[in-house]
Amino acid sequence: MPAGGTSDEVYAARAETDRRLTAAMAAAQGGDRASYELVLRECVPIVQRIARRQGASTDTLDDVVQDVLVTIHGARATYDPSRPFTAWLTAITQRRTIDILRKQGRRGAREVHAPLAFEMHAAADNPEEDAARVGEAKQLRAFVDGLPEVQREAVRALALEENSLEDASKATGRTKTALKVNLHRAIKTLRARMSGDNGRGIRRDG
Amino acid sequence: MDDGGDISRLIGDLSADLKPVRRLPAPWLRALVWLGAVAIVAAVLVATRTLLPALGIIGNDPFMVPGAYASLATAVLAALAAFELSLPDRSDAWALLPLPALAVWIVLNGLGCLATLAIPGTQTSPFQFMVCLSLIFAISLPLTVAMVLMVRRARPLRPLRVAVLSGLAASAAAATLLVLIHPHDSAVLDLAAHAVAVAVIIGLNVLLGGRLLVPANKFRGRV
Repeated sequence: MPAGGTSDEVYAARAETDRRLTAAMAAAQGGDRASYELVLRECVPIVQRIARRQGASTDTLDDVVQDVLVTIHGARATYDPSRPFTAWLTAITQRRTIDILRKQGRRGAREVHAPLAFEMHAAADNPEEDAARVGEAKQLRAFVDGLPEVQREAVRALALEENSLEDASKATGRTKTALKVNLHRAIKTLRARMSGDNGRGIRRDG
Repeated sequence: MDDGGDISRLIGDLSADLKPVRRLPAPWLRALVWLGAVAIVAAVLVATRTLLPALGIIGNDPFMVPGAYASLATAVLAALAAFELSLPDRSDAWALLPLPALAVWIVLNGLGCLATLAIPGTQTSPFQFMVCLSLIFAISLPLTVAMVLMVRRARPLRPLRVAVLSGLAASAAAATLLVLIHPHDSAVLDLAAHAVAVAVIIGLNVLLGGRLLVPANKFRGRV
């Protein structure tokens, strides 16, 4: 198909492809392997285009292509060379794509997609390390809760909620400089507390 | 997602497995062949009719013969629709083809049922109900087997719809042939026997259709 061609050129190119594939498929029905291989190879981009239009995702395209090729192989006796090959191929592709999308839909209804749960799941090969990580997270949360209000506010707005300085400043009503200073002090305090150096460097003012 | 290498390998394997195939005849021709099988069963039934005089009932129902024509039309149209729909590139609308004849068949049976309600001695006994049911099953069986063997060559992509139409064709043909050996009035139990037989045969076709109509494919497991 000519890239950027007019609709007439596109139509003519598709009609030519159809004529070629019709003749090749008729030869394949007679046992001509070279023609059959040509048909199957030329089917691949056509099947991909139809499946994509049907709503198949990129991940699914190869499954659809393989399923359609196997279906063509089993049903090749049903092709009537007096009818357009592309229409036959389109019908097979549309039905197979719908079947595959339905199967995926049924599977999706049974299985839950939860990447966070997957990441948080205990490491099967090292449960002790996983338990230690959970303990550290709890401890850190407790230390954050123990920070002075202004430092806790800076940690929450900038580190946990990942706001920009400007957004955090608008949300908290504090200047950007005050936020930066408070975050810096909070990090210093937390570092000290987590290394067992409790109390040092804590400032109660903002 | 597989890479393109898998597709190339599959194309190579499919090409290596290629054997010449005989194109399937046109659907109307295949329907005609199946109707030939129906005609053979009809000939056998007519030939054996004299052996089964006890099964015959003198018909008082004016709708019996028109009903038989309607069931024959249903069988012909359902068979044609099944063979058309077994091909991948035929419209889903083919499934609607037997519906008008089916509607006429049902209406004529209903009218016959109402007409015979007023005539004493026309109501079917439970024994006759069982005879009627057994005969429809017995006649349907060879017709269903013939239909399945013929339809599965197309490896239909819509096995469920093809199975329903095949079951309808076989059971409607059996109901028509039943008139040849067992002329009956459209009594309530007779109608019930027909309805049960049609439902069971279509149900069996649907239950088994997926497996029977789609032969195993050695490449299917790879996809």
